[in-house]
Amino acid sequence: MEEFVQQLTNGLAVGSIYALIALGYTMVYGVLKLINFAHGDLFTLGAYLGLTLLTSFSLQDKMGPLAAVGLLAIMVMGLVALIGALLDRVAYKPLRDSPRLSAVVSALGASIFLQNTVMLIYGARFRVYPQDILPRTVIDFFGMPIPLMRILILLVSLAMMVALYTFIQKTRIGTAIRAAAIDQGAARLMGINVDRVILIVFMVGPALGGAAGLMVGLYYGQINFTMGWVYGLKAFTAAILGGIGNIPGAMLGGLLLGVMEALGAAYISIAWKDAIAFMVLILILIVRPKGILGERVAEKI
Amino acid sequence: MMALLDLNGVTKTFGGLTAVGDVSFTVEEGSVVGLIGPNGAGKTTVFNLITGNYVPNSGSILFEGRELSGMATNKIVSSGIARTFQTIRLFQKMSVVENVLAGCHCRMKSGIFSAMLRTPSQRREELAALELAMRELAFVGLAHQAENLAANLSYGNQRLLEIARALATGPKLIILDEPAGGMNPQETDQLVALIAKLKERGITVLLIEHDMSLVMRACEKLVVLEYGIKIAEGKPDAVKTDPRVIEAYLGTD
Repeated sequence: MEEFVQQLTNGLAVGSIYALIALGYTMVYGVLKLINFAHGDLFTLGAYLGLTLLTSFSLQDKMGPLAAVGLLAIMVMGLVALIGALLDRVAYKPLRDSPRLSAVVSALGASIFLQNTVMLIYGARFRVYPQDILPRTVIDFFGMPIPLMRILILLVSLAMMVALYTFIQKTRIGTAIRAAAIDQGAARLMGINVDRVILIVFMVGPALGGAAGLMVGLYYGQINFTMGWVYGLKAFTAAILGGIGNIPGAMLGGLLLGVMEALGAAYISIAWKDAIAFMVLILILIVRPKGILGERVAEKI
Repeated sequence: MMALLDLNGVTKTFGGLTAVGDVSFTVEEGSVVGLIGPNGAGKTTVFNLITGNYVPNSGSILFEGRELSGMATNKIVSSGIARTFQTIRLFQKMSVVENVLAGCHCRMKSGIFSAMLRTPSQRREELAALELAMRELAFVGLAHQAENLAANLSYGNQRLLEIARALATGPKLIILDEPAGGMNPQETDQLVALIAKLKERGITVLLIEHDMSLVMRACEKLVVLEYGIKIAEGKPDAVKTDPRVIEAYLGTD
């Protein structure tokens, strides 16, 4: 029982990180029908920028640990959002009217570019986050010790997802995003500035991805320039699992994938962790290509 | 008096095909103008040129004296031109009221940050938009359907919803592309009444329609296109008896 609860909470924490990243894939796909393969590298950037800001400002010495991490998260999200907007301008906007394949190739190129930029700046070795930022408190949960960090990650991610969902469902910009996702041409003719909608999507998605990167840094303590590849693929799987283009789907898919992976690793074999995730991807593509909540059949690529 | 909309020598070619050739006409403020012609005459192309979906090869399109060609579509809409579509293009998966709210978009000011922080001014704006949306729904007679999915409305009601959504953008000129398509005679009668109500509100109407009885009842002026060329313009009664128009519609012996 204890092992199950441990793995379940671990899976939920990792899954909520997948979900945050998956939202970036799914939002961009929803509006542009493009898989932003560079999204995983924006997540990496979030982790590295977090490390830089953490070590250069030593915020944790000036304020409480929670306030420091909160401020850090805001800065990281803002910076990654700007980089996301820049990425759109440089890599995707010039290709808006080109065949979709051109944009996909551009996305792969942008991914390689970002990954190598991180490697050249920070080096190819693992970098270690300072360990004393958040207290390593362990909470007693019906006699079972659960790290506080795990619960924090889950709660903060859920809060971000709820905020995003409200933003998309209840505000006029959210309505504009949904309208543009359904029919860009009609949205333009209703006076919606679709270019601005795309820009917002390319800021909100990366901001969430950057926050996820920071969480991974704080949770696991070490980061690497290639981490965006694996996390990106997992989150992409989560987005497909939930139904690409569907925002609640990405959240559900992320949490499900995290839990399946953690339980699989515990009860089958840890060596099979990644294989399980990708088997899920293959199975979903064969059995239900539109995903759990998806209405649209996933198109090629 | 300056015309609200003034097309002057507008030409649009697709490859070797001249879809619209040297078309000129004006739409006076507060009038109801019909654009008619056989299938493939270039009517919808004219609409697409006005709303910026296409850029004319030559000629000018002036709205309140300002040149429209080359302007981004959403700018054209916020300057006061709204349209509906020949084939319905509602946001099917959104509710009826949300469709209209999407139309309110360009009349609202608050940006992304206030939207995320849900500042009081932003909340007020959202509420005002909701009120406006409900007013426009009531105007076309769909207020009771507000929470339904757009996809679940009847065909005729979907057409009315397109009009409500277009009205939410706060237009001076509304362009209706075959608004009576798929409507039964009773719904068409209601549409004629609705067009009269639009005119009462001071909104200028430009419409494409095949239903001659509707055009004759609703419009004050008709412009007739054939093969992209304007062949007649004038009052409905005069146009109806114009030999070139009869020839275009019925052919010659």
